[in-house]
Amino acid sequence: MIRTVLLMLAIIAAPLSAQDTMPPAPYAYTQLEDPALEAKATELMSTLRCLKCQSQAINDSDAPMAGDMRHQVRTKILAGEEPEAIRAWLVDRYGDYVSYQPEVSSTTWPLFAVPALLILVALLILLRRVGKRRMEGDE
Amino acid sequence: MRPVFFIPLALFLFFAGLAGYMLANGRFEAVPSHMVNKPLPEFTLPPAVDGLPGTSRADFIGGKPKLLNVWASWCLPCIAEAPQLEALKEEGVEIIGIAIRDKPEDVGDFLNRYGNPYTRIGADDISQLQIEIGAAGVPETFVIDAKGNIRHQHIGDIRASDVPKLLQILEDVQ
Repeated sequence: MIRTVLLMLAIIAAPLSAQDTMPPAPYAYTQLEDPALEAKATELMSTLRCLKCQSQAINDSDAPMAGDMRHQVRTKILAGEEPEAIRAWLVDRYGDYVSYQPEVSSTTWPLFAVPALLILVALLILLRRVGKRRMEGDE
Repeated sequence: MRPVFFIPLALFLFFAGLAGYMLANGRFEAVPSHMVNKPLPEFTLPPAVDGLPGTSRADFIGGKPKLLNVWASWCLPCIAEAPQLEALKEEGVEIIGIAIRDKPEDVGDFLNRYGNPYTRIGADDISQLQIEIGAAGVPETFVIDAKGNIRHQHIGDIRASDVPKLLQILEDVQ
């Protein structure tokens, strides 16, 4: 019984103790020497989602996994890969979930289509009303 | 008032209700891997503990389908799934471990305490293979067929009820 309770407490406390003691990956907290490359990496990292924290970019997160993802991004940038190729590499693994950059796809097109449609409808209503008033005014 | 004037209000109430409902039912968002049904990437990882070899892609080729268990000694749900891994091992399943950001002595302690279901454990100190196969956390378990293709992903600890399911999947992909 006590063991069960302790195990349950331990599971509740998991987020606190789920910290490893390994040193971070080389490029987790170290910037690239070339400022231009680092800028490229930073721009990309601020639009990639941390998988452990879910509402932060990997750029903003101290989660060890975010650090490991920054290491991957910086290493690939240093190897001359283009940011969009690295984003595609991650999307291949985790899906659109990992990217904060909005994409038009089979699931997201309504997000782009509905506002355009609403503006169109609003314009039509407006034109009709203004047109009506004009005609009434002419009479 | 014409009924049509109430449409915006109704829409607003619908969205407010939907937002409230989604907020109240905070759900666990698992991030599924998109590497399922794709080949396991090429990799080589050094041993994570004395006495057990490291692992590479070649270890998954041939023989029966195997399990690739992404875990860590610092991960508490991994303790919870240890008996289930043991049960799978007793059913004759080969389980190859990938230890994420782990020290050899901690890995050794964990195996001494909770048993060793693994034939090999590779040390992934910078989550390289973890990211490569689209695993978002620990523990996660992948079914790899004899041709080296990823066939199934299990997110989170393996519960007792998952053991027969995994055995069935291992059978199916043979």
